[in-house]
Amino acid sequence: MEHPKVAVRHISHWFGSSQNGLFVLDDVSLSLAPNEFVSVVGTSGCGKSTLLNIIAGLIDPSEGDVLVDGSPVAGPGRDRGVVFQTYTLFPWMPVWKNVDFALKKSGFSKEEKQALVAHYIETVGLKGFENAYPNQLSGGMRQRVAIARALVYKPAVLLMDEPFGALDAQTRGMMQELLLSVWEEHRITVMFITHDVDEAIFMSDRVLVMTARPGEIKQEFRVDLSRPRRYEIMTSPEFVALKHAIVETIREETLKSMVSVSPATRAGR
Amino acid sequence: METPSARELERPAIPSNRRNRVKLLALREDIPRSVYLLAGSGFIAVVLIAWAIVTYGGFISDLFLPTPTAIIDEGVRQYERGILVQDARASIYRIVVGWFIATACAVPIGVMMGNFKLIEGLLEPFIDLVRYMPVVALVPLTILWAGIGDQQKFLILFIGTFFQEVLLIMDNVKTVPHDLIRVGYTLGMSRFEILRDIILPASFPGVWDTFRITLGWTWTYLVVAELVAARDGLGRRIMEAQRYLATEQIIFGIIFIGILGLVTDYFFKITGAYFFKWTKER
Repeated sequence: MEHPKVAVRHISHWFGSSQNGLFVLDDVSLSLAPNEFVSVVGTSGCGKSTLLNIIAGLIDPSEGDVLVDGSPVAGPGRDRGVVFQTYTLFPWMPVWKNVDFALKKSGFSKEEKQALVAHYIETVGLKGFENAYPNQLSGGMRQRVAIARALVYKPAVLLMDEPFGALDAQTRGMMQELLLSVWEEHRITVMFITHDVDEAIFMSDRVLVMTARPGEIKQEFRVDLSRPRRYEIMTSPEFVALKHAIVETIREETLKSMVSVSPATRAGR
Repeated sequence: METPSARELERPAIPSNRRNRVKLLALREDIPRSVYLLAGSGFIAVVLIAWAIVTYGGFISDLFLPTPTAIIDEGVRQYERGILVQDARASIYRIVVGWFIATACAVPIGVMMGNFKLIEGLLEPFIDLVRYMPVVALVPLTILWAGIGDQQKFLILFIGTFFQEVLLIMDNVKTVPHDLIRVGYTLGMSRFEILRDIILPASFPGVWDTFRITLGWTWTYLVVAELVAARDGLGRRIMEAQRYLATEQIIFGIIFIGILGLVTDYFFKITGAYFFKWTKER
C-alpha cells in the first residue's frame, strides 16, 4: 500500500481535566493517501473541528499522534495549509498582499513571489481584484483569497474547516466547483470538514462519518463517482443512494446525542 | 434661462409626499444627514437662546451667569492681553507631554497584558485599585514626590490617564480575532512575528480610538493638574477667577477647554477615518 500522506494514530482528546473535562475525541485513527480528498462529516459538537486543529498542530492532543510524510507533527507548520470557517483575511492588506503574506517565510525571490501570487489569484478567479481590500469583497470572494493564501506556499496538505459554512447556498455551490477545479489542477491532499453531506460527497474520494461526542470514526464511505465532476452529478442515482446512506448514519448519531444530552439538562434544572 | 438636463426630464414625476417618507424615530434606522446635523446644532442653539433670554432678560444675576457677550468680551480681553495664547500654550504643552508619557507606557504594557494572561493577572488587580483612587486626592502626594514644577503637572495627568488607558489598550488587543493569530501559526510564524505583523496592525484602529478617548480625559484633568503652584495655564486661570468671583472668566475658560478638547477629538476621528478605511464594512 502507498505510504499515507497524513496518518492520525489513536488520537484522544479532552478539554480540561480527564475526570471533569469535556471528552471530545475517542481514539480516532485515519489516514489520508497522497492527493486524496477526504471529507469528515458529523453532528455539530462531535469534535471534527478539534480533529482538524490537532492535525494542523494548533491543538496538542491529549493522547496519540499525527504523522505527516511519516514524521510526527509538533505544532503548526508550513507543510499544512489551513482555511478557516471565519473570514481570516488581514483587513488592512489588499488581496495581493494577503496572498503574498504567506510567502514571507519562503525562500523565493521577489519575482517568483509575484508570479506565484498572480497565479493563485487567477486560479481562484480574482484577477482584477488584486488591489481590493477585504471589506470590499463578498464572503465568497474572501474565502477564495483565503484558499489562494493557503495554497500559494505549496503545503503538502490542505486542511479546511467548514470553509463555505458561512456562505449562502448559491455561492457555496459555486465555491465547491471552484475548489474542485483548483484541486484537480494542483492535486494536493485535502481534509475537508463540513456538515453538508452533499458538499462532502460532491468533492471527496472518501467521506468519514464521525459519531456524536466523544467523536470517533463511525463509518467510511468511498465515493466512486468519476472525475471531473459537475454539479449535475448530485442528482445521479449513485449520488442519491450514497447520500441516503450517509444521512442515515449521521441521523442515528444526532438522535443519540440528543438523548444523551437531555437527562443532564433535566438534572441541571 | 435654466434648462432642465436630460436626466431630469427622464425621471418620472413622483408625488413628493410619496417619496422617501422618513421615519425619524424608527429604531436604529439611519436618518438624513442634514436632519442629524440640524438636530445637533439646533440643540446648541436652543441652549444659547435660553441663556440669552435669562441673562439679557435680567432673570438671573451676572454673578451666577453672565451674558454671552460678557463671555465673548472676556475672551477678547484675554486674547488682546496675550494671556490666552500664553495659557493655551502652557496647558497644551502639559497635556501633550503628560499624555505622551502615559501613552508611551500604556501601549507596551497594555499590549503585553492583552496577549499574555500572566501579565494580565500580574498587573490588573493593581491597576484596578489605582484606577478608582480620586486623582484630586493624590495632589498632595504628587507635590511631595515631584515638586511644584511642570513635572508635578505631568504626573497628575499621567495618573489620570495611564491607568484607564492601559486597560483600554488591553481590550483593544484582545478584540483581534483568535483565528487571525492561528493563521499566523499555520504560516509558520513565531509568536513575536505574529505579535508584530498580525496583532499590532489588527488592533491599531481600536488603539487609535483609545488615543482619542484618553486625550479627551487628559483635558478633563487639566484643572486638577494646574490646581497648585501654576503660574499660567487655562486651568490655572479658572482657579484664579474663583478667588475674584469672576464668573465670566470661569465660564470662558471652561468653554475654551471644551473647544480645544473637541478639536483634538476631531483630529483623531478624521485621521483615523483616513488611515483605517479598511475597517469599514460595506
